[in-house]
Amino acid sequence: MFWYVIRRLVFAAFLVFAVSSASLIVARLAPGDYAVGAMGLNATPEAMRELRARLGLDRPIAEQYVDWLSRAVRFDFGRSLANGRPVIELIAESAANTAILAATALFLATLIGLPLGVFSGSKPRGVVPAAVRTASLFLLSMPPLLTSLFLVFFAARTGWFPIAGMSSIGGGFLDLLQHMVVPVGALTLPLIAMFERLQSQATSEVIDQPFVIATLARGVPRTRVLWRDALKAALRPIASVYGLVVGTLLSGSFAVEVITAWPGLGRLMLDALRARDVYLVAGCAAAASVFLAAGTLFSDLALVLVDPRASE
Amino acid sequence: MSARRAGGAILVFTALATLGASVLAPHSIDARFAGLLNAPPTAIHVRDDAGNWRAPFIYPWKRVSQLEQQYEADRSAPIPLMWLTAGHLAQSSDDARAPLLLLGADSFGRDVFSRLLFGARLSLGLSLLAAVGALLIGGLAGGIAGYLGGTVDDAMMRASDFVLVLPAMYVALALRSMMPLQLPARTVFLLLTGIFAIIGSPFITRGVRAIVRTERTLDYAAAARSLGAGHVRVLTRHLLPATRGFMVVELTLLLPAFIVAEATLSYVGLGFPDTMASWGTMLQDASSISAFADFPWLLSPAAAMFIVVFALNLTLQRGSRGLHYERPM
Repeated sequence: MFWYVIRRLVFAAFLVFAVSSASLIVARLAPGDYAVGAMGLNATPEAMRELRARLGLDRPIAEQYVDWLSRAVRFDFGRSLANGRPVIELIAESAANTAILAATALFLATLIGLPLGVFSGSKPRGVVPAAVRTASLFLLSMPPLLTSLFLVFFAARTGWFPIAGMSSIGGGFLDLLQHMVVPVGALTLPLIAMFERLQSQATSEVIDQPFVIATLARGVPRTRVLWRDALKAALRPIASVYGLVVGTLLSGSFAVEVITAWPGLGRLMLDALRARDVYLVAGCAAAASVFLAAGTLFSDLALVLVDPRASE
Repeated sequence: MSARRAGGAILVFTALATLGASVLAPHSIDARFAGLLNAPPTAIHVRDDAGNWRAPFIYPWKRVSQLEQQYEADRSAPIPLMWLTAGHLAQSSDDARAPLLLLGADSFGRDVFSRLLFGARLSLGLSLLAAVGALLIGGLAGGIAGYLGGTVDDAMMRASDFVLVLPAMYVALALRSMMPLQLPARTVFLLLTGIFAIIGSPFITRGVRAIVRTERTLDYAAAARSLGAGHVRVLTRHLLPATRGFMVVELTLLLPAFIVAEATLSYVGLGFPDTMASWGTMLQDASSISAFADFPWLLSPAAAMFIVVFALNLTLQRGSRGLHYERPM
């Protein structure tokens, strides 16, 4: 178990290193650079050269990369070219915003989707389970891009919820919650459907197993068997999918952030890419891969806890 | 079972509409009606105000407010439809003044319905090609890894694990931004297809490897080998065909992911140029919130996407075994 965790950690560190390096180099190799975008079309070549020299963009790629790397191991990821603030500060802010969205969505989806799945999986017949299944299939066909468009449309039409940004000026906690309804809803709805379907299938497979029938035969109430014994045995698919869900949440929250103007990591990276803000791009990619690596690690551990055979 | 049929029917219908776009669409993708910016859909009537039945006709839109772009039907001048003329199924008989706008017009005064049909060609074509590409890459890599085993297997599995845990959308963004922002549509098409195929392939690689590894030890593979079949022949003629069922399921899972990925990239302006019609570039037109709150027909590409993905999910319902619900994008 110990070595298993160590191995996963090394892999995660390598992942973060590779992703951030690659994106720095990619962003640097891309045609056009920050100076061109920042100074506009009527800049003189001298002014442009001067700006590049000041920002260190005129050095060869290899030198720039080695320099960046030697500072990155000391957790200094450089400064944003656009506004001079340290990259790590900008990223910490927006990563926290993305994490708020993703964590709330994951929590809500587990809280709602899991019980629904146990419910619909344990009852093959009936109107309500069938309705749950149909609703899931419906929502499953709506990735966050679509749910956020439809929810924003709904919110704009009814005026019930704010549709853009994270807070109004001078707004408190309640204001934040109101602003979260649309983006969190957009991320959560497809996830609920996914969890419901997975848990439903797992449950319906488990309740036919001999140990469940044996427990029932000994007179343990059906509800208790279902929600204690069968649920425990049916957690495996969900546990193993959690890590991938972090990935889908990241991609999904990108679309949601762009549409609902939520100031998260996705928006930051998009703006950085457009401005060719190379250090910021590398930082964003690194942050995204930290999220993912943490997610996979977390889900692998959860899987080992649920099913010890998985650490083999 | 009937749900699967319904899903299949929707898919066939979509495919036909996409292929027949040039006949079904009343207009081309860049025909602009300057007086009809954001005009609502024109309803087709068969009964006029006097209560008489007549051949299908439409009422032309009359602009009531230029500022708020509000329109009113001019009920005094019904315009009959023309059928099967000039290579189009249906068109208004006075196209310049009162065009047939089944799903309204966008902010440039272009026909949303026509753009939706032509956009399907780009969006669905790209997704299909990328999915087939991912299947080819994954099938080949997984087949080789599973067949050879040992160090090759380890190395390839590490590589696919690595691609698997990459933040897919961010990678696509970074790779796409490596190219100039404005690119000809053909280049964008090839570029996106390539990026999607690579990002989508590791799931296939893993699945194919697992299948090939078990199939390799079965009697029929041993029989083929002892009859003198070479490695390539055993792999391509005997082992890979065993992955057919898996591949079909994967195809229906990758397609929705790619459709949405194209739409997302085009929506943020890193996909197709906005002169082209794809479902993503059409949504971009709706990207200002005040626009699509007032002109909901601009969301029709989103509705189309939902219908296609829903149909794919319906056809998949029985075939899926648990884990495969969500794909990277």
